[in-house]
Amino acid sequence: MTEKGKNQPDLTKTSRRSFFTKLWIFLGFIALIEFIGVVTAYLLPGRKKEKAGSFGTIIEAGPVEKFPNESVTTFIRGKFYLSRLKDGGFLAVSRKCTHLGCTVPWSDKDKKFVCPCHASAFDIKGEVISPPAPRALDLYHLYIENNIVKVDTGKRIKRGGFRTDQAVYPKQA
Amino acid sequence: MPEQGAILKKRTLFQRIRHSIYPGQLQPVKDREGYRRFFNTLILHFRPRTVPERTLELTLTWGLGGMAVVLVLMLMGTGVLLKFVYEPLPEKAYESILYLQRDVLFGSLIRNIHHWSGKLLLIVVFLHFLRVFFTGAFHPPRQFNWIIGLGLFCTVLFSNFTGYLLPWDQLAFWAVTICSGMLEYIPGVGKWIQNLIMGGPEVGLATLSNFYAIHTAILPGIIILLMPFHFWRIRKARGLVIPRAPEDEVTTRGKFVNTIPNLIMREVVVALVLMAFILVLSTLFDAPLEGKANPGLSPNPTKAPWYFSGIQEMLIHFHPLFSLFIIPVLMVIALLSLPYIDDESSAAGVWFVSLKGRKMAVIAAVTTAVATPIGILADEYVIDLAAWMPGVPHFISNGLIPFMILLVGSFGFYGIIKRKYAATKNESIQALFVLFLVAFLIFTITGIWFRGTGMKLMWP
Repeated sequence: MTEKGKNQPDLTKTSRRSFFTKLWIFLGFIALIEFIGVVTAYLLPGRKKEKAGSFGTIIEAGPVEKFPNESVTTFIRGKFYLSRLKDGGFLAVSRKCTHLGCTVPWSDKDKKFVCPCHASAFDIKGEVISPPAPRALDLYHLYIENNIVKVDTGKRIKRGGFRTDQAVYPKQA
Repeated sequence: MPEQGAILKKRTLFQRIRHSIYPGQLQPVKDREGYRRFFNTLILHFRPRTVPERTLELTLTWGLGGMAVVLVLMLMGTGVLLKFVYEPLPEKAYESILYLQRDVLFGSLIRNIHHWSGKLLLIVVFLHFLRVFFTGAFHPPRQFNWIIGLGLFCTVLFSNFTGYLLPWDQLAFWAVTICSGMLEYIPGVGKWIQNLIMGGPEVGLATLSNFYAIHTAILPGIIILLMPFHFWRIRKARGLVIPRAPEDEVTTRGKFVNTIPNLIMREVVVALVLMAFILVLSTLFDAPLEGKANPGLSPNPTKAPWYFSGIQEMLIHFHPLFSLFIIPVLMVIALLSLPYIDDESSAAGVWFVSLKGRKMAVIAAVTTAVATPIGILADEYVIDLAAWMPGVPHFISNGLIPFMILLVGSFGFYGIIKRKYAATKNESIQALFVLFLVAFLIFTITGIWFRGTGMKLMWP
């Protein structure tokens, strides 16, 4: 910016030229940053993200009585398992292994989820029984309305392990 | 120049058109000699006029660089053909492959050539990388070409990986699912990168469009840019590294011979043999295609693509942060800094640095070839650090502790072998490289052939 501070007559031909060169380089950088910004914004996913609670993400699992204690029911459309614990609490457990994202099937015989990819195992609460999975299976927001179990698949809850307040219990009539 | 104008006017229209295409020669190319001269001058625009005679030895290059070029060209040719039939949509991709194989004339053949060339390219560039390493061809003035070469290697690796998803069968879908899952473990930016590449939380429509664009436009573009850069650096280094026996002094560059026909004939032979090999392979063996992708059913076992199965095998033994991030990043840093490590001795051109270097490399290879399988077996059946240390986070019990054992083991080996043989830096670094190389190969082989249902060890 030294060129700018000088008086008009002092500007020699070369300094004016070098000022314009610098200006061009500066503008070029601005253009480059704009270009990168536009491309990044263009490529970033999630414009049409399904918002939690919006239409289509809530799945009605069914009436409370339908699910016996200590059972796991598969919901293919919602990509989750509905676990009912020994004490009658409900959990909506994601079917996606926390290790690398494989779909974990429930084995009724062994009473656990076993990942076919790297043999991680989870119990009915989604807690890790054997690694390499680093944390418990994710949960989905679950609530009981008029004795009907409902799951909001737009609200995924990450967790380290199982805490008793994660399970949802039906109101005792 | 009025005279030339007069000459031009006397020509027929045909001659004038021909002259506008190829003005170099006023005399029409009449004979074989003329055509030869024409094509020779064309070739000499890309290649030097003469090359050192000793670099023509097959035992220096094994023709691997030339093979890579041929395979890249074949992949681009068949890739363009496949683009005419393939539809990058989850509902259509698999069906378009079936259509290609059933109803398009030579459809299977084109897909097979693309498939086998892709696989072979990865193997060829890997062997090329080993060749350059073991002949010390990364020393000055070839330092930066080593870096470009690593860039090309990564590009080929990711071309293979992005191409893996496109058939949209069970194999592809789950291999890509677990590999994308791996990205999540990069601290800080991992989740963001994963989201950007996959275009959402799960492998789906956005993932397929992304992979298709990356596979068919971005990566070929990078290859097209990097390849000439790689070749130009060879020219600037005044040709390939001159091979010599360990006892030889660093000699002069020796005799030079004409590129045509000495180098060109050898390259043409390699190219033709390779193309014949690919054609036979593609006629005899079909590229695999399993059932259509089903996001609800992970096959058991789900394996990463074969070239990542070494990393997948590491995942069984180490906490993901170490097997997917810390160890690979350290390896990449080591490879990138390799040509910039100073050493007094000049090892360029000698296979395995020196006679001592050869001996040390064999010792390193045998050491890991014994230690790695024992380690894998022990970890599978005996050691269970996570269970032995209840209450300690997995990050430490399954990650930090085995990693420290690995680190102490390898650097202990480095120190011992360096002192025992009073070796130079080049020789010791090579021994360390062999140590990791053989371990990685054994991990890869175990991952491909020795892992069955539930990723348990089994006999193939």
